[in-house]
Amino acid sequence: MTENGSLAAATWEQVELARHPDRPYALDYIHALFSNFFELHGDRLYGDDHAIIGGPAAFDQRTVMVIAQQKGRTTAERAMRNFGMANPEGYRKALRLIRQAERFQFPIIAFVDTSGAFPGAGAEERGIAWAIAENLVALARARVPIVTLVLGEGGSGGALGIGVGDRLLMMEHSIYSVAMPEACASILWRDIARKVEAADALKLTAADLKRLGLADEIVPEPAGGAQNDYGVAADAAGAALKRHLGELETLDADRLVEQRYQRYRSIGAS
Amino acid sequence: MFRPKTRYVALPSPRAGVGEEVDRLTCPKCDTSLEPARLNAALGVCYRCGYHFRLRAPERIAMLVEPGSFKEEDEAITAKDVLGFKDSQPYTKRIEQSRASTGANEAVTWGEATLAGHPIVIVCLDFAFMGGSMGAATGEKITNGIERAEQSRRPLLIISASGGARMQEGMLSLMQMAKTAAALGRLGAAGIPYISLLTDPTMGGVTASFASLADVILAEPGAMIGFAGARVIQQATYETLPEGFQTAEFLWQHGMIDLVVPRPELPAVIRQLLDLYTRDGFHSDFELKGQARAAAQAAAPTRP
Repeated sequence: MTENGSLAAATWEQVELARHPDRPYALDYIHALFSNFFELHGDRLYGDDHAIIGGPAAFDQRTVMVIAQQKGRTTAERAMRNFGMANPEGYRKALRLIRQAERFQFPIIAFVDTSGAFPGAGAEERGIAWAIAENLVALARARVPIVTLVLGEGGSGGALGIGVGDRLLMMEHSIYSVAMPEACASILWRDIARKVEAADALKLTAADLKRLGLADEIVPEPAGGAQNDYGVAADAAGAALKRHLGELETLDADRLVEQRYQRYRSIGAS
Repeated sequence: MFRPKTRYVALPSPRAGVGEEVDRLTCPKCDTSLEPARLNAALGVCYRCGYHFRLRAPERIAMLVEPGSFKEEDEAITAKDVLGFKDSQPYTKRIEQSRASTGANEAVTWGEATLAGHPIVIVCLDFAFMGGSMGAATGEKITNGIERAEQSRRPLLIISASGGARMQEGMLSLMQMAKTAAALGRLGAAGIPYISLLTDPTMGGVTASFASLADVILAEPGAMIGFAGARVIQQATYETLPEGFQTAEFLWQHGMIDLVVPRPELPAVIRQLLDLYTRDGFHSDFELKGQARAAAQAAAPTRP
């Protein structure tokens, strides 16, 4: 195997770890980190999307607004949660929660874990792109601290739709990409089999994003991956969330929002 | 088979005796003949099938808040017949009848109270008073309650049970939708949490104004909730309506409400929300007095 080939294989290993079926999902972290999580339902427009969940929760002597993508564990739950791929209703429910967080001055904690927004005809009819786009603006301008933690897969616009914030944290074996490697291989080479090559080219691991200056911190996982010890993974995530929220809460809202603007403004600026 | 016309139950309350007194009640859903004492102990939930009977406002408030903590406001405000309205009988006569049969002056009761240690403003509509319809006086009392919540920075709980706007007050009634909504706009801007509990039935202009404008919307199981009534829709469109149309569960599936909560669990759920949505919530080690829960447990369901 060439050196490039073995590097690509190592990257692919990260992709598989990020998608590991036993990996802790958002609700595993939520139950480990928060007391009193109260799940809110519905977008007040069309439906309740179980691929995106959220609501107020108690965290370290304050109420936070949790917004998360949730994959399913069992076959039935996977179907119910549409494999963590949200429809417009999920993004619109998230928007409702963002507005509520602002109203009550709750910091927002977003857990990203999706292969992408749902690619379906119904989602298109109901304006999935519009729903995501509106969230990008809402999150950019929300006058509360926002910390995003990528748990497993950060898939494209579907991830960003709840993922704009003041800090981007990534679990050690999570990935975040403009498109999933399979989709990228299909788009560029019309050949899904070249997914390993695509994964390496995309620079999608947590370490890659840290190097690119996009991720602020990598949250360490237990040896072999978070699936081996949920408690250790959740403790590390909780400590990082607490630290970053604490820093952000010292800033007044104007400064916070301005810093967030500059954070995104500077990406790719020459 | 004997079946009372109204579906209210009288729970032990500061105004015991106001509700309809009947020896036996028949569940409109499962047709079981129910013992009033047992039904009351179960908070007006059929101990056979779980059907939620309608409750009167005083009973509803007593079920939720700490005993003795409710201080009623605007008790004297009552409806006026501004339009000189007359259908099969004059509106003034209807008002008189409702006042006599309910012992209340309007279709809404509000005041300050304490729920699990949290000071709140509670506003409760009463379907027994002219179908809980919203006239000018009703809207005025609701708006006073909303404004009190804003001024005193107490979380607001509104319990709805209403057929909608009160026809007999014409446009004055319709404008109560705008009035209550405007007041809730201010409450939201002030960052005061508002929990809306929808009970059977919540329809028309009430659903299309204050009842749906909450931060968190709860509903009781099986409650009929909507805008236009099923009969109106069918007459207008000849559409076949789906099973369970406009029930609380139907609305939950369609993203309109946050949670369907069985009546015995309401105090605990509302308490949890107040803990989360108020600043000092977490430090409260208040033990839920749980008059509702205890009562429900005492009347644990047994199936014949």
